Amino acid sequence: MSLLELRKLNKHFGGLHVTNAVDLTLEAGEIHCLIGPNGAGKSTLFRLILGEHHPGSGDVLFAGENITALKAFARIRRGLSVKFQVPGVFKGLSVRQNLEIALQSRHRGRELEAEIDRLLVFLGLASEQAQTAGNLSHGQKQWLEIGMAISLKPSLLLLDEPTAGMSPEETHMTGEMVQRLNADGMTVLAIEHDMAFVRQVAQRVTVLHLGQVFAQGSIDEIVADERVAAIYLGQAHA
Amino acid sequence: MTGFVSFFRRLEGPQTVGRGPAFWSLFAVVMMIAVAYPLFSDGYTVGNTVYFFVWVFIALSLCLIWGYGGSLSFGQTAFFGIAGYGYGVLTLNFGSAYGFTLVALVASVAIAAFFAALLGYFMFFGRIAGVFLGIVTLAVTLMLERFMAQTAGPEWHIGSARLNGFNGMSAMPPLTIPWPGEPIVLFADVGLYYFVLGLLVFVYLALRILMNSSFGNVIVAIRENPERAEMLGYDVRKYQLITFVIGAVLAGMSGVLYTAWGQYITPSSMGMTAAALPLIWVAVGGRSDLTSTVVGTLVVLAAFQALTIYGSQYALVFMGVLLVLTVLIAPNGLVLGTMNWLGRLAARITQRAG
Ligand SMILES: Nc1ncnc2c1ncn2[C@@H]1O[C@H](COP(=O)(O)OP(=O)(O)OP(=O)(O)O)[C@@H](O)[C@H]1O
Ligand SMILES: [Mg+2]
Repeated sequence: MSLLELRKLNKHFGGLHVTNAVDLTLEAGEIHCLIGPNGAGKSTLFRLILGEHHPGSGDVLFAGENITALKAFARIRRGLSVKFQVPGVFKGLSVRQNLEIALQSRHRGRELEAEIDRLLVFLGLASEQAQTAGNLSHGQKQWLEIGMAISLKPSLLLLDEPTAGMSPEETHMTGEMVQRLNADGMTVLAIEHDMAFVRQVAQRVTVLHLGQVFAQGSIDEIVADERVAAIYLGQAHA
Repeated sequence: MTGFVSFFRRLEGPQTVGRGPAFWSLFAVVMMIAVAYPLFSDGYTVGNTVYFFVWVFIALSLCLIWGYGGSLSFGQTAFFGIAGYGYGVLTLNFGSAYGFTLVALVASVAIAAFFAALLGYFMFFGRIAGVFLGIVTLAVTLMLERFMAQTAGPEWHIGSARLNGFNGMSAMPPLTIPWPGEPIVLFADVGLYYFVLGLLVFVYLALRILMNSSFGNVIVAIRENPERAEMLGYDVRKYQLITFVIGAVLAGMSGVLYTAWGQYITPSSMGMTAAALPLIWVAVGGRSDLTSTVVGTLVVLAAFQALTIYGSQYALVFMGVLLVLTVLIAPNGLVLGTMNWLGRLAARITQRAG
């Protein structure tokens, strides 16, 4: 069964056609990577899925339900969760409190504390728990936000450039984490520029270019596609 | 039982400064002094202290909405005025028998809360935020002041209560507690002192519990990053609206108590100066902490009054200077800065001793 289905999603910013009749279907249980040059409209597509932006036309279906008219928070409660491109942690609050806020709607009291401790260890942030989140390194902020996103136990996790600013080792660890979450039944849609990461985790890849779905297939098919190489090269020359 | 215990555990938490035996011992000492104080003072001075206490509620409302919630509102002064006038109109019409003044207190605060719900609904669900929220709330406050100022004519009355334009309303009865034999009239001295003190302590402790609860967590989360809060499944606008209404209740309490204290209210209590002063108390004290707000408000009010002896225009200039100094030296508030510094000092001393 398809978990997420985007039908002919159109979004304009003034004269800019940011997403152009985007069709995309995500099967439950897959890890799907969304790639494409800068400005292709990837992050905008996320915001359309989440209800942060509303499409000019088209529909978003989640678990068989048309959620196009739902507000963002209501979509989250249906089982969506996101880590944004720019880390969106609660900068002035402690790392522990960040996680508490994410976890408190599903756990209470001692169980909540135990759950926070567990997640802190999972994220490798146990010794930073009392620190103000704004003082974390960029990579740690990414992890913290991923932690907040997964603490909602979503059925679909959206990750916008989860490994940006991470070392190759950290990137690999993030990939392993994504695979572990996926093994537990989480469907993942990740935007990523780091091809090592895409190769590590992606079961299917979609290329977005100038707001349109440009190509789709396995990572090997995508890498072998000369047209895809051309759009990246074209951008490199620009 | 465990629910009961965890409820009171929330008196302490990451959202409020002050924890452990040292803090609560100090709190107990301050309470004892506050309770004993009227025994060692005269009625006038006690009445003057009540006047200071009265303003703490509106300061706490700003602390909640602005300090914790991150939305700068000038509307608190409007809710202060609405509740104050509400109390005047109700008690001038229905008198003070059978405990009606207490009913009027609750009803006036409820009217202010209703207005806040209405205004808040249009603002938050209309996605007005940041500086625009400040502008809209200030406009509403000043509009109310203008409106009340032009109600001098005899046609402006509600029941038997004349609104009296710029001169305002007066001679409403003080708060009166029904008592077998003779009702207890809370004139602006010892009687009203204990009533307001009790209310203040109750509100302070209740807000501590509220801010350290999961509700308080969401409020500060919205201040830090509303988008992230929404992306955790919280209906941000609903939380903002509820906070705004709670804030209006607190501001309304100030309004009623002020009116009952002096037995008068005028449109200027909703004017520009009236709207700006609470902001200064709260900013100077430390807007993101309840205790700092209470202490800061009382200290600044006392200093302001002391300076007024030399002329109120100097006192206002002093307020401005104080605000600028705060912004430069301790942007989070002078009292809060001092308390945090003392906390660090204490930690260092115990560390060295241990
Ligand atoms: N809120 C907005 N208002 C106007 N234009 C926008 C807005 N958000 C994005 N854009 C524009 O839409 C285009 C697509 O942006 P988007 O952020 O979706 O790209 P992206 O594929 O995520 O790029 P990157 O890889 O750099 O993150 C860009 O040209 C961007 O400038
Ligand atoms: Mg992007």
